[in-house]
Amino acid sequence: MVHEFDAVIVGAGGAGLYAALEASKTAKTAVLSKLYPQRSHTGAAQGGIGAALGNVEEDSPEWHAFDTVKGGDYLVDQTAAKVLAEEAVRAVYDLENRGLPFSRLENGTIAQRRFGGHTHHFGEGPVHRSCYAADRTGHMILQTLYQQCVKNDVTFYDEFHVVDILLEGTRAHGVVAFELKTGELHVFKAKAVLFATGGFGRMFKITSNALANTGDGPALLARAGIPMEDMEFYQFHPTGILGMGILITEGVRGEGGILKNREGERFMERYAPTMLDLAPRDMVSRAIMTEVMAGKGMRGDRKIDDYVMLDASHLGRETVEKKIPDIADFCRTYLDVDPAVDAMPVQPTAHYAMGGIPTDTHGRVDTGRAVYDGLYAAGEAACVSVHGANRLGTNSLVDLVVFGRRAGRHIAEYVRGASAPREFANATDASRAKIGGLREKKNGAHVGPIVQRMQEVMMTQVGVYRDQAEMDDAIKQIQELRDEFKEVGAQDTGDGFNAEVLNILELESLLDLSLLTAAGAANRTESRGAHSRRDFPDRDDDNWLKHTMATIDDDGVVIDYKDVDLGIWEPKPRVY
Amino acid sequence: MKVTLSIQRSDPERGGEARLENYDVEVKRTDRVLDALMYLTRNVDGTLGYRRSCAHGVCGSDAMRINGAERLACKTLFKDVVDRSGGTVTLEPLRHLPVQKDLMVDQSPFFEKFRSVKPYFVPKAEPTGKEFVQSQEERALFDEATKCINCAACYSACPILDKNPKFIGPAAIVQAARFVNDSRDKGLDERIDILDQPDGVWPCESHFECTRVCPRDIKITKLINLTKRQIKKARAADGRETAEGK
Repeated sequence: MVHEFDAVIVGAGGAGLYAALEASKTAKTAVLSKLYPQRSHTGAAQGGIGAALGNVEEDSPEWHAFDTVKGGDYLVDQTAAKVLAEEAVRAVYDLENRGLPFSRLENGTIAQRRFGGHTHHFGEGPVHRSCYAADRTGHMILQTLYQQCVKNDVTFYDEFHVVDILLEGTRAHGVVAFELKTGELHVFKAKAVLFATGGFGRMFKITSNALANTGDGPALLARAGIPMEDMEFYQFHPTGILGMGILITEGVRGEGGILKNREGERFMERYAPTMLDLAPRDMVSRAIMTEVMAGKGMRGDRKIDDYVMLDASHLGRETVEKKIPDIADFCRTYLDVDPAVDAMPVQPTAHYAMGGIPTDTHGRVDTGRAVYDGLYAAGEAACVSVHGANRLGTNSLVDLVVFGRRAGRHIAEYVRGASAPREFANATDASRAKIGGLREKKNGAHVGPIVQRMQEVMMTQVGVYRDQAEMDDAIKQIQELRDEFKEVGAQDTGDGFNAEVLNILELESLLDLSLLTAAGAANRTESRGAHSRRDFPDRDDDNWLKHTMATIDDDGVVIDYKDVDLGIWEPKPRVY
Repeated sequence: MKVTLSIQRSDPERGGEARLENYDVEVKRTDRVLDALMYLTRNVDGTLGYRRSCAHGVCGSDAMRINGAERLACKTLFKDVVDRSGGTVTLEPLRHLPVQKDLMVDQSPFFEKFRSVKPYFVPKAEPTGKEFVQSQEERALFDEATKCINCAACYSACPILDKNPKFIGPAAIVQAARFVNDSRDKGLDERIDILDQPDGVWPCESHFECTRVCPRDIKITKLINLTKRQIKKARAADGRETAEGK
């Protein structure tokens, strides 16, 4: 079937929904999601959305922008960071005005809490900047935006998985999507396409990400020859539930929770004397791994999966139940631990991709060598870049509302002047051949062994600490897995509700993005933000203050670079 | 330890009766039921149909009947369900919604009812460029209802829907209550004509099945009864009768 819209939004998390709300005011817009929109992973975000409202104490967007740049180890595009911090304030008020039920201060204004790396006066001490709704801020954002889409009668195509992009040179003309219900391929012609497909943490063994977080948008554009930006910068959140990776919000530490090693020592005193447990995530994750490797993890066996304790018991029952009720629920369900009484066993968990589809501050795909017409990205799938080498907590939600909104507005403007999308003869042929091929290999290989090996290789060899030999070997292994993937077949040959086809396509996305991540990491011979190398422990501004642009091809990955916007603050050593 | 997953299989598109199919799986007591399902589809039988996403109980994708009770597969550990059932865990799709395939159900009737209650903010006042002020006490009044993830567990467990498929169901009333009790919203005024219908709030007989199964621990029955009282009060103030019993 062929559909025609002004704009097609791929993905129905926070960025996609916000863009849809803006674009659909004037443009004929459709939202395509491989899930039901309310299942999107924005809903799992916990601790808050940063904005310098100053409701608790003095704050300013300029400090927020500076913290973002410093937190990103100066790989952040500084003008974009300024846009992020300045528009965050209005975005939070806008969300509240659309009904978002923020927690409240005694005077009835939006409550704010401390969060990692957010400071006053350019680093003097922690500041209350994170606007929150208990520990389910993302859930409230997702629900509020979806409710607004219902109110405004936005058009949704639920369980439509986008499998191809219609590109002609540097202009987008639409997408091809696989309908789960029927197995049919649909062509969506459009003047503008936005990818807001979220992250891809499922390439790692221990992750906070949903099973659906497989990076389909970035992978699809990478296969179309578009370079991905800064893929080597992948954030490990320091506090995932032991063995499962389920996120325990930084808000626990924002409320006063403390990390302890097997000796009961508050070890962050040695790593970040000013910010302590509220240092940025890359530093805290490294501190945990350093403790583990020194035999100070709870088991003391120096193995990569050893862990430390996060203690919030001194906060008391009332604070735990009021401020972090979902965390308490997760701990009781999965660990049999009551955080108001006992400490929580935690380990770093793969959490957030700083890299992704390169865009400008309007969400337009911008590779540094070309700006695409009618092709946009926003949210975790995109790299603006406002997170640089390491994202600060709360800034993911800020990113998706600020840049989702900006992209939606730009799309509305762009489609007014753009010509109609072109006809593509045989638009679905390639996808039909690919999916048909999977079904023909009824006795082909299962995805299981490939998934398992990919996740283990990425976790152990392209994780918190890295070195050349391990990464080179990871690239080799991922290439082998990409070959093995060609033998995978679908046992399910039916048309309707064939979820197996989707699972296989998702694995293909993860393999391609794993390769880009490992190759970018192996290429960058310095340590910066979340990319920490044992063999190159220092930041090297002379050679590496530049964005990686990595393109995938038959022989592997080709690396190019893009300049960093350093217009406001001089790079300085990063201490907290 | 070894468990047997007894999974209801069906593919209405291809016809044939629903049947239970058994799979023996090696699991840890602390594994989620979803972990075993994922293992099966990735390594044993790719044709199994079910929905999943977040894997920790916040997205609402994987509600199903586990040993006869509505639960999220990602929030149910084997240790919670195997001892009592002697090592067999039965997985069946939710009730009251048409089965699409295996454990997947068509949620459209459920979401249509969700949409019918105006599940969105209708502000009393014009925005001022800052936030609407709301006291902590006012915010607490609707906190519970904001937790709903629309997983439809309550909709499956509700005995009223056995006899009256038109009943809007527990989740839709929770969604309405979230706005009815929000001091910033026009609240009940905006929604009373939807809720005060013969198939609105009134069919509920307080069986508490919804409350019992809710994976978010929302006291749903209590919210429904509160909504009924609010409607009666509002109608009485207008000198009108409610649709109760009609």
